[in-house]
Amino acid sequence: MSANGKVKGWKDVPIGGLILEAGSADKYETGDWRTYRPVWDEAKCRHCMTCWIYCPDSSILVREGKMIGIDYKHCKGCGICAHECPAKCIDMRLETELEAERPEGSGSAETGAPAGAGCGCRSKSSGKAGGK
Amino acid sequence: MPFKEQREGWWKVMKKVAITGNEAVSQAMRQINPDVVAAYPITPQTEIVQIFSTFVADGDVDTEFVTVESEHSAMSATIGASAAGARAMTATSSQGFALMWEMLYIAAGLRLPIVMPVVNRALSAPINIHCDHSDTMGARDSGWIQLYSENAQEAYDNLIQAVRIAEHPDVQLPTMVCMDGFIVSHGMENAELLDDGVVRSFIGQRTPKHSLLDVDNPATFGGLDFADWYFEHRRQLAEAQTHVKDVVLDVAKEFAKISGRSYGLFEAYRLDDAELAVVVLNSAAGTAKVVVDDLRDKGLKAGLLKIRLFRPFPHEEIVAALAGKKAIAVLDRADGLSTMGGPVFVDVRSAMYDAPGPKMVNYIYGLGGRDIDTEQIAGVFWDLAKIAETGKIASPVTYLGVRE
Repeated sequence: MSANGKVKGWKDVPIGGLILEAGSADKYETGDWRTYRPVWDEAKCRHCMTCWIYCPDSSILVREGKMIGIDYKHCKGCGICAHECPAKCIDMRLETELEAERPEGSGSAETGAPAGAGCGCRSKSSGKAGGK
Repeated sequence: MPFKEQREGWWKVMKKVAITGNEAVSQAMRQINPDVVAAYPITPQTEIVQIFSTFVADGDVDTEFVTVESEHSAMSATIGASAAGARAMTATSSQGFALMWEMLYIAAGLRLPIVMPVVNRALSAPINIHCDHSDTMGARDSGWIQLYSENAQEAYDNLIQAVRIAEHPDVQLPTMVCMDGFIVSHGMENAELLDDGVVRSFIGQRTPKHSLLDVDNPATFGGLDFADWYFEHRRQLAEAQTHVKDVVLDVAKEFAKISGRSYGLFEAYRLDDAELAVVVLNSAAGTAKVVVDDLRDKGLKAGLLKIRLFRPFPHEEIVAALAGKKAIAVLDRADGLSTMGGPVFVDVRSAMYDAPGPKMVNYIYGLGGRDIDTEQIAGVFWDLAKIAETGKIASPVTYLGVRE
């Protein structure tokens, strides 16, 4: 969007599809491709970071060395985290089943993380565990 | 030539030389001194990078030479190098060119000013190693600029100019320089080479606005581009094509100053007052010029238009040059297989739609390296004379030189 709120035209953007901003993939929400949703059981989690290492996206949310949830705006549901988890604390559940279980009007949960742990930590956080 | 000079390389002591097209092109590459060349051998192009690799081995160039396992990889590596900010080149022919296919579109879509000599060769099947234009004609909608060359001199001159055209800020498009396989690539003729220093100052340094190695200004090349932006980027690509003509002419003007040789978007040979015109690309133009001279002596108002810049297609200028002719034959060394003629014919005829109408016919010739001779081209002109006289076209598309 430009300053006047009009969507930019072909004369206003860098040529060849160049992206001149780092980390812009964060803004592009791709989680709606998902068929299976990883559901994390915090009680069983050892915070070993195996899921964080294996996630082919950057959808394991981490703060201060501890897993705090899954970024469902970007997680595509590949299931690698659940497959690799040594504590078996991630369950792959069909999105359609979860949708059916959800009480009407509750909306869809965007992240498995507590409030405030949105996807902003993917690109901006400091420290190795926070920003992959 | 003294032994020492022979050993050090004849190109260091001679300007006017007997040279093949492949040698001339590899000399141009040596003078361009690209940062990266990634290439895979294929007849009849092989010599270009083979000779160039000796320049690399001898330290005559600073090029990083990447040997790859296919042409798909050759173009991929060239794309990566170009995106990194390097001046990157490769060369190919025919099947190798076909194997580059998806990468050709990526080079153009990413607006990378790669320069590539292509030695025109027929495509399989049946398998054939000789000249026709099926390979590059297939890529006419890829977004690459296409320059065609009648002989070794033109291939050499075009390649040097291609660097400036491709990298021009208003253009930023990959550019292929085409010449005829074997006829030009392996045929020896006289050509004049420029001094190394003159070429190097003519092409200057590449100064990309964005590059992968510019870590202070990070840029992503090849990001996902869905329905929300793809169309805008393709529109930019179309716009860039409209800038090419002027840049080609400007670069040609500057090139004339260092070489004494003039280039345009096409060459009009005895065309101004011609009533009958033949349109052709590459080496057959040389044969056609002999025919034009001969027929002029016989009183026939024959002329020739040899297209140099085929992509983007300089339609306005070509229409201006051909308007008012009585009859025109377009000679295609590739068959579009659309049943309505070859690719050059289709473009020229489409461009001429709004012009005062000469009769137009198409001849498909020379497929798979079949020779075309002066008698056949003279026959085309006599056909045109008949069409001009009667106003009747017996056959819009004729296969010239095929055995019935």
